[in-house]
Amino acid sequence: MPRVAIQTQDFDLTAEVAALRAGDGGVGAVATFTGTVRDRTGSGPGISAMELEHYPGMTESAIESMIDTAHQRFDIRAARVVHRVGVLQPLDQIVLVAVTSAHRGQAFQACEFLMDYLKTQAPFWKKETSAEGARWVDARVADDAALARWGVVAKNAE
Amino acid sequence: MKVRVRYFASLREALGADETVEMPEPSTVGDLRQLLLALGGRHAEVLARKRAVRTALNQTLCDEQAALIDGAEVAFFPPVTGG
Repeated sequence: MPRVAIQTQDFDLTAEVAALRAGDGGVGAVATFTGTVRDRTGSGPGISAMELEHYPGMTESAIESMIDTAHQRFDIRAARVVHRVGVLQPLDQIVLVAVTSAHRGQAFQACEFLMDYLKTQAPFWKKETSAEGARWVDARVADDAALARWGVVAKNAE
Repeated sequence: MKVRVRYFASLREALGADETVEMPEPSTVGDLRQLLLALGGRHAEVLARKRAVRTALNQTLCDEQAALIDGAEVAFFPPVTGG
């Protein structure tokens, strides 16, 4: 099973986890994170659609490299990242990070690490559509700070 | 040397499709940004130094000191917002 999937179609959490841990009796913990589309921004108008653009080729290699780093830093068995692109609707699933390990601590940590990495280093861009029109979403300094907790310096949002 | 320039997200909307640019050797990614800026118009607007622009060389994030090589693919894009 490939470690990274960039796709327009939805994903099934149960099926993804089953495939990730299939046949591996060393797995004692599975941690997953699922990101979904909100129907509102912090203060602004309601969101009617969210479009995701990416950089084909670089996206896959950047996430592969993040998973390599996660394997070096944490004692994990396997990891999988699924990220959707194209036009999504509120409540749709956007991203899945799933990690297996022998015990829960490393799975939780690696899952969060991968998500923090992905937020600031993977070439995806979100465009929100509301009653006011379409606008590109601004990067958040808080996401750089989240990655800094792992000792990784990011200057995405700045 | 020739390099292929690609844009994504808001930069792609402003500047359109990929372009091929002839660069003197040696040059950096920053030199390329400067040359594109000097084209004026929309290039000058969206690549302005005050704008947050991220860069990748051959599909790996890089800074503007990165050295260009013949045939390289250089991408300019806004800060990423996936996840």
